[in-house]
Amino acid sequence: MSKKMATRDAYGEALKELGRVNKDVVVLDADLSKSTRTNWFKEEFPERFINVGIAEQNLIGTAAGLAAAGKIPFASSFAMFATGRAYEIIRNSVAYPKLNVKIAATHAGITVGEDGASHQSVEDLSLMRTIPNMVVINPADGVEAKAAVLEAAKYNGPVYIRLGRSKVPVIFNEDDYKFEIGKGIMLEDGTDATIIATGVMVSAALEASKKLAEEGIRVRVINIHTIKPIDKDIIVKAAQDTGAIVTAEEHSIIGGLGSAVSEVLVENYPVPVEKVGIKDTFGESGNSDELLVKYGLTAEDIVEAVKKVISRKRG
Amino acid sequence: MEKHAEFKKIATTLRKNIIKMLNESGSGHPGGSLSACEIVTALYFKEMRIKPEQPKWEDRDRFILSKGHAAPVLYAALAEKGYFAKEELMKLRKAGQMLQGHPDMKGTPGVDMSTGSLGQGLAAANGMALAAKLSNKDYRVYALLGDGEVQEGMIWEAAMFAAHYKLDNLTVFLDHNGLQIDGENKEVMNIEPIDKKWEAFGWNVIKIDGHNFEEIFEALDKARETKDRPTIIIAKTVKGKGVSFMENKVGWHGTTPNDEETEKALAELGGEM
Repeated sequence: MSKKMATRDAYGEALKELGRVNKDVVVLDADLSKSTRTNWFKEEFPERFINVGIAEQNLIGTAAGLAAAGKIPFASSFAMFATGRAYEIIRNSVAYPKLNVKIAATHAGITVGEDGASHQSVEDLSLMRTIPNMVVINPADGVEAKAAVLEAAKYNGPVYIRLGRSKVPVIFNEDDYKFEIGKGIMLEDGTDATIIATGVMVSAALEASKKLAEEGIRVRVINIHTIKPIDKDIIVKAAQDTGAIVTAEEHSIIGGLGSAVSEVLVENYPVPVEKVGIKDTFGESGNSDELLVKYGLTAEDIVEAVKKVISRKRG
Repeated sequence: MEKHAEFKKIATTLRKNIIKMLNESGSGHPGGSLSACEIVTALYFKEMRIKPEQPKWEDRDRFILSKGHAAPVLYAALAEKGYFAKEELMKLRKAGQMLQGHPDMKGTPGVDMSTGSLGQGLAAANGMALAAKLSNKDYRVYALLGDGEVQEGMIWEAAMFAAHYKLDNLTVFLDHNGLQIDGENKEVMNIEPIDKKWEAFGWNVIKIDGHNFEEIFEALDKARETKDRPTIIIAKTVKGKGVSFMENKVGWHGTTPNDEETEKALAELGGEM
């Protein structure tokens, strides 16, 4: 895990690849193309790149029209503005008619860092998850992000892909990685508890698993890259096999992965759950690593949560 | 023969069907549907290149009813064109039926875009017009906006966009009847000078009487001939047009006629129940 790559860089790469093989792919941005990496697509396919200016509602509405006329638009901005500012347009103009719009939003989560709370989107997964017809993807690393973008282009319907600003450890091997929408991935097996993680928290989960192993605690680690539709089978099986679950996400503990996993468990196989995530609070300025510590999103926090959830297991 | 008698007859048929379907549903929006009858008639019965037997034909002209609450006028026109059976009109807004309260492109043949939440139709129209340019296709895109609807900020994001990208294959009608739910535009939130605003945003602006076919057709001709910029046809209309007791009455925005009112309205329009 020594190599690092930002998922937004993977997005830029994937767009270039898509542009070459699929002439219907059109990329839209709202004056953030250098940050979202859509300018990489623009350099190669200027005629298929559309800047809407600082106007996120129009970004999504225009994408809806393009999709209704047979194009495959990728609309990009920062997660805060793409999902928050344009929420109702996404719901009514994209998801309701199930149009083939891909919303790939970068700078998600608290690790956007120094810009502070106004730019730290910790509700986007929750917002997108409640909309019918919407597929919600949160890749763990660059390899997964690129594969997710390529797969999203093949899927016919609205997709939200959450991407980050900071470089994150590369977990997967590009040569043998296969992305399937809605399919969780078991990264490690164990019997004492299961850590279900998403996005940048997957590498923290793997780190936590190592630390726990040193203390003789064996955990299963599952990567949920698709928050919706969520992989119910892998979650229920983990509950049956290990009897306790910890969820980990760089997102509010309300409405995101933790909530989604809890919903599956209470309806199928209730076991104790501990949620590692942003605890219903706004963030603040700081560098990514400082913020991850301050808001309880480190491997150590996951370790603590695992110990706590094991103590809550029923005899 | 009176000029455009044929189109006037169609507009009257649409009006009658609007009244009938709203009476039947007991819910819906007569005022803004009646004000747009000539515009919708001109588009569907003369201007637009469409194939009702092939609603998803790729090269068809598109129409987006941005003021989605005027769905009855669109449904009446689509039924008249044969996109679906006229009996469907009488099932408007009923559970389990095709005709939703606001247009649903997935459920109704001939509906090109789902609308209803105001302010979103123009951006979608832009996307379709842009798609035509990107694919070197010559279809045109038409949209109908309400005058209250232009109070939405997103309309102006989209207005800026259409001019910036020189979408001359886009023609927009503004159904300028002057009324919205809470009263007159000028009292609720003044939109004037509306022509100057669109001009300032880089649009070709044409002002007409929205109930006069001669003027509508002429404006559409001019729009088609205009290059490098989109056209907006600001159509002065009367809300509730054609039914004397509904004309210019705010209250008829979203109130449906009872049986007695329906009979009276149809009698005025020259039809029977």
